[in-house]
Amino acid sequence: MNPQILLDLRQFYPELILTAALLCVIIGDLAFPRQRRSVTFFLSALGLALAFSFSLPLFSAPAGTLFFGVVALDPLAVFFKLFLILTSLFVLLAVPGCKEMPQKSLGEFHTLLLGVTLGMLLLASSMDMLMLYLSLEMVSLGSYIMVGYLKNNRQSNEASLKYLLFGAVATGAMLYGMTILYGLTGTTKLAGIREVLAAGITTGDNAVMLFIATILVLAGFGFKTAAVPFHFWCPDVYAGAATPVTAFLSVAPKAAGFAALIRFFFTGLSTSPVNADYWSQFSFINWQYVFIAVSILTMTFGNIAALRQSNMKRLLAYSSIAHAGYIFMGAVVLTSQGLQSILIYLITYLFMNLGAFFIVIEIFNRTDSFDLEDYRGIRRRSPFLSYAMAVFMFSLMGIPPLAGFWGKLYVFAAAVNGDLIWYAAIGALNSVIAVYYYARVIKTMLIDEGEGAARFSIPWTSYVLVWIMLLPTIGLMLFWNQIERITADSVKLFLGN
Amino acid sequence: MIGLGHYLIISAALFSLGIMCVLTRKNAVNVLMGIELILNSANLNLVAFSKFSAGNIEGQIFSIFIIVVAAAEAAVALAIVLAMYRLIKSVNLDRADTLKG
Repeated sequence: MNPQILLDLRQFYPELILTAALLCVIIGDLAFPRQRRSVTFFLSALGLALAFSFSLPLFSAPAGTLFFGVVALDPLAVFFKLFLILTSLFVLLAVPGCKEMPQKSLGEFHTLLLGVTLGMLLLASSMDMLMLYLSLEMVSLGSYIMVGYLKNNRQSNEASLKYLLFGAVATGAMLYGMTILYGLTGTTKLAGIREVLAAGITTGDNAVMLFIATILVLAGFGFKTAAVPFHFWCPDVYAGAATPVTAFLSVAPKAAGFAALIRFFFTGLSTSPVNADYWSQFSFINWQYVFIAVSILTMTFGNIAALRQSNMKRLLAYSSIAHAGYIFMGAVVLTSQGLQSILIYLITYLFMNLGAFFIVIEIFNRTDSFDLEDYRGIRRRSPFLSYAMAVFMFSLMGIPPLAGFWGKLYVFAAAVNGDLIWYAAIGALNSVIAVYYYARVIKTMLIDEGEGAARFSIPWTSYVLVWIMLLPTIGLMLFWNQIERITADSVKLFLGN
Repeated sequence: MIGLGHYLIISAALFSLGIMCVLTRKNAVNVLMGIELILNSANLNLVAFSKFSAGNIEGQIFSIFIIVVAAAEAAVALAIVLAMYRLIKSVNLDRADTLKG
């Protein structure tokens, strides 16, 4: 065996641990039929926790690539590794307390969750179009099954069918775009593509083909991040899937999609002077304007469509589409500050969005409904859930001093610094529209009077889980120096080959 | 003499037919066949580029991976379609209409 591969494997521990945990969960599920529920749960939680702790030391590892330039190991990749593992862990913790999930047979669910997490780690660090495609499919195939996990539920099945058909077409289009890129540049490595393009192979026809290829590739990323016009699956899938799956899909694959998008467009399709914190796109592919158009459409559409939703999961689905639009803003400006704002936005989004979904789970466990109508008067039945939901909604709105405000502040500041003040203004207008539907949720829960009077009894595990989301949402600003420093350190991309 | 252009035209035609199939068919299995066409058009592109313009073998390796992934995707897709058939005794996509709004 090539000694380099053995050396590289040492920096591949998080992925190896997840693979081992995945196999152990399958075996544990079969070997302990009586305690399978707790065994598979603890094995997957242990696997994720170990993978998290083994990712931490990689922060200080020298930036480079593993396995002959296929997987990147740089601070950005490690940041996303930590982020994605943490998200999966939170979702895993929410599963046992969810009445929707078939509690007797969760072994396969845990396997799928670990498999998708593994795929996302690879997606966030792939430096080669082949790896990018394979990991994207690994994430997609796993999530199709997770969405359809409620086997006898017609909505869940329908959601997974829609997700599958949209996903297969989007990744197919992306693949076709990649083949054109390969044909034009003769390499599948992102760094290699950049070098060929920088050398200037592009005459008129080639530039057109390159532009078409870029748009086609964007279709795949747009599908993963649920950006307009590739968002059609999003509300249906979020509404049909079990709520923990929805919570997972709204954060983790979206973040992984953004990681891959950053890597593809910043490593492959733009150049940066050594040690500079800005990039410039190749003049013949003006993807910056495509991004601006996608971003504005995404946030405007998401916010306007959310206004008339009466189902809580659909409302949060459109809200997550809108947030993807804000996150795109950070990618448009082509500076380190922009990338840093993406990371900060994702951190804040993780806690507030998962928190909102966890409360939706808790309320569904008691009322069997996702309808906003049935959220009336929850304040009398459970003040804790109502006020916690209000905090998450205020944070999603972007009200200071909650976490969501800082995310928006950084994204808009990046746009303003990039001389795109009008663009930041559109973003700000959009967050004004968003206030309406978030406020409607708060009003329904806190002010409206409902029928049921019995108080909810909430298990302590759910309290703990909601508090884990609540504390960072409220108190993130107290640790702002650390977050600023960590994210600033994380925006270093390895651009070489 | 058959050159790169011929392969690219065929693959573009396959891609367009695949997209058209996906957009117009009502039967879920037919839509899956359209998706296979899209993936195979990418395969054809890769192999043709690898032979005629790139001058390396990466494209052909890529296409082998795509064949494998296409098989995995077909397995997952057919399982989901089968689950749909069990629930509503139909594979017509127009019947999948409970989620709206």
